[in-house]
Amino acid sequence: MEERGSGMGIEIEEKTLPSGLADNIILTQVDKFIGWSRKYSLFSYPFITACCGMEFMSVAGPRYDIDRFGAALPRFSPRQADLLMVVGTISHKQAPILNKIYNQMAEPKWVFSYGACVCSGGMYNNYSTVQGIDTIIPVDIYVPGCPPRPEMVFDGLMKLQKMIQEERWAKWPRGRSQYEPHAKGKGK
Amino acid sequence: MGAITQIIKEKFPDVVVGAHEQHGDETVTIKKERVLEVMHFLRDDERTAFNFLMDLTAVDYFGKTPRFEVVYHLYSLGKNHRVRIKAQVAEDDCSINSLVPIWIGADWYEREVWDLYGIAFKGHPNMKRLLLYEEFVGHPLRKDYPIDKRQPLIGPEN
Repeated sequence: MEERGSGMGIEIEEKTLPSGLADNIILTQVDKFIGWSRKYSLFSYPFITACCGMEFMSVAGPRYDIDRFGAALPRFSPRQADLLMVVGTISHKQAPILNKIYNQMAEPKWVFSYGACVCSGGMYNNYSTVQGIDTIIPVDIYVPGCPPRPEMVFDGLMKLQKMIQEERWAKWPRGRSQYEPHAKGKGK
Repeated sequence: MGAITQIIKEKFPDVVVGAHEQHGDETVTIKKERVLEVMHFLRDDERTAFNFLMDLTAVDYFGKTPRFEVVYHLYSLGKNHRVRIKAQVAEDDCSINSLVPIWIGADWYEREVWDLYGIAFKGHPNMKRLLLYEEFVGHPLRKDYPIDKRQPLIGPEN
């Protein structure tokens, strides 16, 4: 707590306070406190479609252990998640589903683009593959690689946490995705 | 000539269009109208006993006539031998009989071929797209499908 919290607190001069009180009071700003608590309690929704999922298991498993960063608990309901981990190639058939999942998540929410296919379509530039999910939904952090090493994922996660710490309230709500499901197709 | 080619030629002399053999793997090209009959024989005859349809796919020889070729890979679990059967399909009559009554495993293979090549399988119980979505227009593995044509359900046509 001491070390982690040092970035958010304001130093208190001990001599102005009654004895013992300094150890029990932390002064900070609401934005900073909320940012700090959000960044260490990311509930992720694993949207896993392809081979990157294998590397994600390694990230989540005991050897690399994403729990060390406070982002271990997967919520398989988008309503309870605030970090959308998009792991693996997204096809055009899958795109409306991803869009729907994103819109179902409560704000604040962040999107983690995991792997080359999710960032840009990767090596698939053809009739079936979305050329980067940022053509559909907003993305907060891009981690390319085929698949990315766990170290890269942690680097990305820490950058995301830094971003969350520095966010202002004015950023939220971000609103729904610009696309309604099946806006173009006839729907099923 | 390989043993299986021999058997097919003896049984169906007017059906075999061509045959060749490479590294011990036999390929027989037959007329598409008789495909059900030949496959029934190959499955049930005790010399061939092909009880397993390993693969079913198609090839687009764009610019040639007939344009398409449906390719069947058969394997016999009991005899441990295999054969490749081909049937040519013309573009103006782009259909062939379904093999679902013989090998039920042909179901999804044929739907995939319909989806990506647009070859219809007559007698198939559920002839609709397997991989792509219903809104998709055309068949993307045909050589005349534009390589940069995109049909997203949502999002830009990137």
